[in-house]
Amino acid sequence: MSESAQAPAAPTPSRRGSNRRQLLLNAVAVCAGVALWGVAVSFGRLGLPSPAQVAVRGIELIRSGQLLADLLSSLSRVLVGFALGVALAIPVGFLMGWYPTARGLIEPFVQFFRMIPPLAVIPLAIVTMGIGETPKVFVIFLAVFLSSVIATFQGVISVDKTLINAARVLGAKDGTIFRRVIIPASTPFILVGMRIGLGSAWATVVAAELIAAQSGLGFRMQQAELYYDLATIFVSLITIGILGLAMDRLLLALETRLTQWQERM
Amino acid sequence: MSAKISFQAVSRRFAHQSASFLALDRLSVDVADGEFVTLVGPSGCGKSTALAIAAGLIEPTGGEMIVDGRNVRGPGPERGVIFQQYALFPWLTVRQNVEFGLRIAGRRAAERRAIAQRFIDLVGLSDFADALPKVLSGGMKQRCAIARAYAVDPTILLMDEPFGALDALTRVQMQDQLLDTWSRERRTVMFVTHDVDEAVYLANRVIVMAARPGRLYEIIPVALPYPRTEAIRLSGAFAEIRNRVWRAVYHQHARPPDGAVQDHEREMR
Repeated sequence: MSESAQAPAAPTPSRRGSNRRQLLLNAVAVCAGVALWGVAVSFGRLGLPSPAQVAVRGIELIRSGQLLADLLSSLSRVLVGFALGVALAIPVGFLMGWYPTARGLIEPFVQFFRMIPPLAVIPLAIVTMGIGETPKVFVIFLAVFLSSVIATFQGVISVDKTLINAARVLGAKDGTIFRRVIIPASTPFILVGMRIGLGSAWATVVAAELIAAQSGLGFRMQQAELYYDLATIFVSLITIGILGLAMDRLLLALETRLTQWQERM
Repeated sequence: MSAKISFQAVSRRFAHQSASFLALDRLSVDVADGEFVTLVGPSGCGKSTALAIAAGLIEPTGGEMIVDGRNVRGPGPERGVIFQQYALFPWLTVRQNVEFGLRIAGRRAAERRAIAQRFIDLVGLSDFADALPKVLSGGMKQRCAIARAYAVDPTILLMDEPFGALDALTRVQMQDQLLDTWSRERRTVMFVTHDVDEAVYLANRVIVMAARPGRLYEIIPVALPYPRTEAIRLSGAFAEIRNRVWRAVYHQHARPPDGAVQDHEREMR
């Protein structure tokens, strides 16, 4: 069959050109930012490390393997908490959207706990679950679950009723409608919820490690704070930023791929 | 004399909190097998409600909705429905949309593909079979929806203002294509529209409805031969019937002209 209909979806040369232009502008902005930081440090009395000092410290931490170890322990907490949160949020969100009874029973809890910042749960989690991995993963799980469950639920209740009717008149029963209409139609909402969840997972892991941990980027910053080791704090912050950005881009790419059927203005 | 579709004093009341209103008041109409009827009337006359009841998407609150001699209990694949908003599944390609009903019916992949291809060709979307709905124009989307409805081989087509969102030129083309396939396959068609010209051009009979409460106003037979052509559309006979339908839609009496309805019902038999 001819693929001519898909032609408009492919990026046109001019758009690809403007993408490259955007990337160039981004790179220029980053370099200018770092330069500004360097100039500010050399002139002022900010008491901050210079970009060069941070780079040197970064290389040291990479060489010693400490950065990688910290990064992996933070990352594994985020990934485990994120996976558990999403794995529970999607079925619960579907349940709430599909069955009014389930919605009535679950919604008060979700709405209530949503109003409590996950960080505020850390003291309770540490007291009841000790200082091992469990409380940290739990808090991340909670943050991801709450943002994803709302998004999934919103996705289900905003499925176009005409699509459900279209499936019904073609002979679809509830199970088929759920599998073939509700799930694909709410995918864009779920992915947005996952991205928000991932953002709060990063925020939460670092805070949890600052308070109680023996490893991780947050723990390293807390240690560095004791020794007034600002360069290490900078390296950790930059690592967190880059990792968060990379994971967000990954999810964005997944989102673009899974929801490329959407009509975008 | 068994009708294909039979509305027997069908009523529908909608409740909104404390208030309720009667969307459809004791509609009684019979549609014969292979007949093409159009429903027109001012907004709020219950024409779309009537169609949704026949489709099994809404339950009547009074009367009997009979299709093929049986009470309607929910939707069924023998009644294909075409919606004004196309209602294509946006994440499926044209081909996957057309195969949707066949998949539910449990047809095998090769069979599904062959049937879908036939209807995709029929509506002229062969070049777009693997395209997503987002790249299609309004007319192409509606043709895809028609192919999807045809694929499960319904004996009845229920169409709710299917061409309402299309431009005038595309609409005329779609009308001709619809009549063309109808004349070959002779499905029973109920077609809701707010366009008087369209109602007359397509139909064996035009069912004019009145609003508040939604009810039958007058049934006007269209004694024009098929195939309907441009010559017919521009003829004096067409204009005469159109004017009559126009007056029935836009200058309704407080009460329906009882005699007229009776006459046409007799004519039908």
